[in-house]
Amino acid sequence: MGLETWIEVSRMDELGRQDTPVHRIDARVKTVTTLLFIILVMSFSRYEVSALTPFFLYPVALLFLGQIPPRSLLMKILVAAPFALAVGLFNPFLDHRPVSAIGTMSISGGWLSFVSIMTRFLLTVSAALVLVACTGMHRLCAGLERMGVPRVFAVQLLFLYRYLFIIADEGSRMLRSIELRSAGSKHLRFRVYASLVGHLLLRSMARADRVYQAMLARGFDGQMRVLHPTPLRWSDWVFLLGWTAFFVAARTWNLAGMLSGPFMKGAS
Amino acid sequence: MSQPIVEVRNLNFAYPDGTAALTNISLSIEQGEAVALIGANGAGKSTLLLHLNGYLNPSSGEIRIGGTRLTRETAAAIRQAVGMVFQDPDDQLFMPTVGEDVAFGPLNAGLPSDEIEQRVTSALDRVGKKHLKNRPPYKLSAGEKRAVAIATVLAMSPDVLVMDEPSSNLDPRGRRRLIEQLRSFEHTRIIATHDLELVVEVCSRVIVLDGGSVVAEGSAVALLNDEPLMLAHGLERPHILRHLHPHC
Amino acid sequence: MHMADALISPAVGGTMWAISGGIMAYCARRVKESLKDNLVPLMGVLGAFIFTAQMINFSIPGTGSSGHLGGGLILAVLLGPHAAFLVIASVLTVQAFFFADGGLLALGCNIFNLGFYPAFIAYPFLYRVIAQDRYVSARAIFAAMAAAVAGLQLGAFSVVLETKASGLSDLPFGTFVLLMQPIHLAIGLVEGLTTAVVVSFVARARPEVMPTASSLAGMPVNARPVLLGLLMATVFAGGILSWFASTHPDGLEWSIAKVTGKEEVAGRESGCASAHRRCRKQQPSCLITISKRQQKPLPARSHPMKQTIPRRGRRGMPAHRFRDLRVASSHWLW
Repeated sequence: MGLETWIEVSRMDELGRQDTPVHRIDARVKTVTTLLFIILVMSFSRYEVSALTPFFLYPVALLFLGQIPPRSLLMKILVAAPFALAVGLFNPFLDHRPVSAIGTMSISGGWLSFVSIMTRFLLTVSAALVLVACTGMHRLCAGLERMGVPRVFAVQLLFLYRYLFIIADEGSRMLRSIELRSAGSKHLRFRVYASLVGHLLLRSMARADRVYQAMLARGFDGQMRVLHPTPLRWSDWVFLLGWTAFFVAARTWNLAGMLSGPFMKGAS
Repeated sequence: MSQPIVEVRNLNFAYPDGTAALTNISLSIEQGEAVALIGANGAGKSTLLLHLNGYLNPSSGEIRIGGTRLTRETAAAIRQAVGMVFQDPDDQLFMPTVGEDVAFGPLNAGLPSDEIEQRVTSALDRVGKKHLKNRPPYKLSAGEKRAVAIATVLAMSPDVLVMDEPSSNLDPRGRRRLIEQLRSFEHTRIIATHDLELVVEVCSRVIVLDGGSVVAEGSAVALLNDEPLMLAHGLERPHILRHLHPHC
Repeated sequence: MHMADALISPAVGGTMWAISGGIMAYCARRVKESLKDNLVPLMGVLGAFIFTAQMINFSIPGTGSSGHLGGGLILAVLLGPHAAFLVIASVLTVQAFFFADGGLLALGCNIFNLGFYPAFIAYPFLYRVIAQDRYVSARAIFAAMAAAVAGLQLGAFSVVLETKASGLSDLPFGTFVLLMQPIHLAIGLVEGLTTAVVVSFVARARPEVMPTASSLAGMPVNARPVLLGLLMATVFAGGILSWFASTHPDGLEWSIAKVTGKEEVAGRESGCASAHRRCRKQQPSCLITISKRQQKPLPARSHPMKQTIPRRGRRGMPAHRFRDLRVASSHWLW
């Protein structure tokens, strides 16, 4: 599991708490920009490839300006890739009709749609990861709440995130103690599993009780309150409007096509 | 003013299934005192502590904090006056950053934001952890968590500090820092603990619980030195007393 | 099954977001109005618990594959439908943000598929009706299995509808359905059994936390979110079926047309895409069939619905409990 994955989560959170110009941009602005990005990328038709390439500028730019090591993001993308890969990979094998050509080599529709799916995947996934790495869970949830997400849900995200490590740690300790007594077998039988999960659930509920006690002891009355927020600055507006303009331009005109001219002409 | 700040009279408490947890507990604590609540596991220390801020309600008897009787209506105000620090700091540090955790109490009290800021800074300063303000709780060591948990309560400017096993899981340095801090607080301190050496260093008075009732009460050194008494109630005489001058 | 951004069109994604967002807002209001203010820490901690539990696998004897708890039904039993829906949504959100699971556009679909059906259909209409408050009984096992199967079947079917409506995958409807439903039937049975066992465990250890018959009677399931969700789903399904009745070859253009009234977004007349489009218009019978679906081999936190086929390791190699990156990458080639 378990612990390797959580190291990744905490690393992402650490990245999110750095202080770079990108990190200082308001979380709401970054979220809206990223959503716009994803929607526009996904609005291309299924065989579009070249027009998608200028969109890579967004995640790459944020990556560098936000001082995020590319390797950590790449690892996550690789982990998530097999799914899109699996679905898309069938296309080239099943659609052999040539639709265009590079030089003298013909390209089938299947390959094109496959590359399109993978490109889309890369773009959307990296945009989402970069968003979190440039913002951090805490600021992101605060931003979401100010954008209208119900407070109950934003608080829920924060609490879940807070207790994730603790519960996962308890779970892995219980699992380890089972493993040590299982004479080397890696099988977890159903009864043992159910007992482990049941105990973990009971301990989680007991912990929730204690947290509630602590909250009551500090005056909690059912309503979560927040400190006053900071207003948007001119840099936030520049970020939002600049990137929006770029996305719209890249969606309306094939910027890559313009640059690469005769390279990818359609077969017609 | 000679009125005790914490007064418990004939408190009885039973669990929902009927088992008696506390029987006829009476005690009174003066302002500024440091009192230890000691006893074997299951003696009822934590249960008693949970009554002091109204989390548990007694089956009979009454509790007075600063002269005010503790009822459902007065519980909210009393929780501002009685700050409780629980055994596991992870249960008390539930906000994304230390600063927000320390601000939680004052926020709930409805204080204006500049005062909240000021309280957060001074509370963290008091425990020597001002530099941790923007740290998330999972990045703290056990000693830091403990100190921050205390700060979350100090920010509410309570009159009484109630603590459940404050020195558990601390390394020697962390423990030493905790003891020094506890000695320096002017608040009334009620500490439930197994750490009898800490009791000797911090507390002037001791209340011994066994089986849900108070079995002894008096000067810390005198009672802790009483080896038969200690052994009879699942405790023992702390080593530190063997090496002190007998008249201390 | 988790939908991925790469296979969702903005129209479908946006619609599902609107639906899920509406339900979330409603649930948030209900949770706030409920007098149980201990829900705040309880929901958070249970969310963390479900996250963790999804990463622990047990081996299913005889098949060489493994299963784990999805958690939607357990949450509904312990928290009630409204809080449970929010917790499920929060787990999926964290997965989307941190693990690139599914993606942000598809999150709306995932929240609906994996949250609405267990919390608002399976739990109130199946589990509670059958099991009532007898959590430690054969009746409870049956109730849990029925509820889990129903929830997963409906969710899986929604995945099919959403993917087809987006028009980016070439799997024909029939094949897709035949692939998804039986697999999720099996997963549902396992999920139901696991849920029942864990629920009975908790009910025996701490009976006071389980809702009793009297508290259940006093908590009527408000029909509004259920009806709203069903209405949207029906409209959606109706739209899809009418699409099949037509001979329109390009599903994306159909969805865009339905949403914006325009035939296609400002087109490009150069590039491969338009060339292919012209090609397909001449040959509307071009259908790409995908004969089988490969599973999603993500380590750790996959929900049972993400696994379209039970995971099999290499011959003789047992499925690991806590999957890690090394294991996952060696397992997906089968």
